[in-house]
Amino acid sequence: MLDPFILRAIAAGLGVAIIAGTIGCFVVWRKMAYFGDSLAHSALLGIALGLAIGISTYLSTIIACLAFALILLWLQQKNLLATDTLLGILAHAALSIGMIAISVLELRVNLHSYLFGDILTVTSIELWWIYLGGFFVLLMIILNWPSLVLMTIHEELAKAENVNVYFQNLLLMLLMTIVVAVSIRTVGILLISSMLIIPAATARHLVNSPVAMAITASILGSIAVLGGIFLSMELDTPSGPSIVVTAALLFAILFAFSNIILKNNN
Amino acid sequence: MTALINANNISVIRQTKHILKDVSINIADRDFITIIGPNGAGKSMLLKCLMGLYQPEKGSVTKRKNLKIGYIPQRMTSNNSMPITVHGFLRLRKKNNENSLQNTVDEIGIEKILNKPLSVLSGGELQRVLLARSLLNDPELLVLDEPAQNLDISGQLSFYRLLERIYKERNLSILMVSHDLHMVMASTMQVICLFNHICCSGKPSVITKDPEFISLFGNDMANMMSVYQHEHDHDHDHQHTGNEHA
Repeated sequence: MLDPFILRAIAAGLGVAIIAGTIGCFVVWRKMAYFGDSLAHSALLGIALGLAIGISTYLSTIIACLAFALILLWLQQKNLLATDTLLGILAHAALSIGMIAISVLELRVNLHSYLFGDILTVTSIELWWIYLGGFFVLLMIILNWPSLVLMTIHEELAKAENVNVYFQNLLLMLLMTIVVAVSIRTVGILLISSMLIIPAATARHLVNSPVAMAITASILGSIAVLGGIFLSMELDTPSGPSIVVTAALLFAILFAFSNIILKNNN
Repeated sequence: MTALINANNISVIRQTKHILKDVSINIADRDFITIIGPNGAGKSMLLKCLMGLYQPEKGSVTKRKNLKIGYIPQRMTSNNSMPITVHGFLRLRKKNNENSLQNTVDEIGIEKILNKPLSVLSGGELQRVLLARSLLNDPELLVLDEPAQNLDISGQLSFYRLLERIYKERNLSILMVSHDLHMVMASTMQVICLFNHICCSGKPSVITKDPEFISLFGNDMANMMSVYQHEHDHDHDHQHTGNEHA
């Protein structure tokens, strides 16, 4: 029988894989990879904040990431600099402030586990965060799916068909924030965007509808999590990177596979 | 009969610059109106105001109750990162049953590409798909924003032919921004020449002789459009006035 900590790790990993796979599709479709990465960087500031004032780091991460996203949105509207330049400035400033805060306040944290994840030490309370947050994210995605997809295909068209594009954009940001916050313990700040991007990118050429891509990405993410945890236990490798490596391997294999299929079809 | 949309003296001002100034338009049943004007003339803004997507700073826009509008945007850049077929796209956020969807697909003639991914379609095919989508809710008004801008000549021609056929076969009005006036000359009933304000408006034959039109677009454009028009009208008067404006 598996140890409880392994069961918790698996439960946490699957929860994260399912929401990251779904949200990851939007990240791939809307070319928000860099945004996801930056959001994750700002999470460290949130963690430092949470530890300093003694509230849940999940809550403080969500707050910090949301503040980050809103500041970005505000600066974007001023049209001063290109978005990726703004992201580069904000993300690394937030990461650095977080690091300084942790060192100045002498917070006792295992920095390594926040940066690269430590899924094998997930607690039951953290599981609650993952599943409640995940449930909310999935519910919102399902309720707003047609509008979100239409807006992704053509924003002007969506507006003309009475989609509240402004609200949908904000919603997507909020959901990404939650996904980042609950994923940190699994793969860590530096690797979160890979959990968003790799499964979705792997799914891309295996399917022919947006829904199928989201479901496939979730399944592929789950396989990567299981494989990564297995790898981590067998070879005693760090868990976060093991999950990401498994996802990348899946990508390589399935990409080659789908290329062969595409060639044969032509 | 009340108008579909009535815009009364609308003005849009951005940073003290008038994007639209005192524009009044009335769109009635079976109208076919084409808006022309140079870049930055406020054409797209005017469409936004008329569709209720932008609230003008001055003036009012009244729409007929429950007016159904079908909108066809300038272009759709196919996003290769999302797998979606034409059929999937036409079903997205639409409540049509499979039967009525099939009817529209037949009407536009896109059955052959129905199961193709959007990302492999040509520009002309994409515009047809957008046209089909806009017709799904049986609109009373079609709004098109330079629908054929990115098509080659034959693509433009066949798109406008299709549009003309839809105008004849369906009971709807059309409001379009287009620079390809020579292509829609035969079908368009009214041309509105916009340059932040309405410079002139009326039948194409009248517009091309209007001094303000000629000063905006130059004599060549006016002459070219007149030539096209003459082919339709069998009008053999080739004398043009207004050369001094060129």
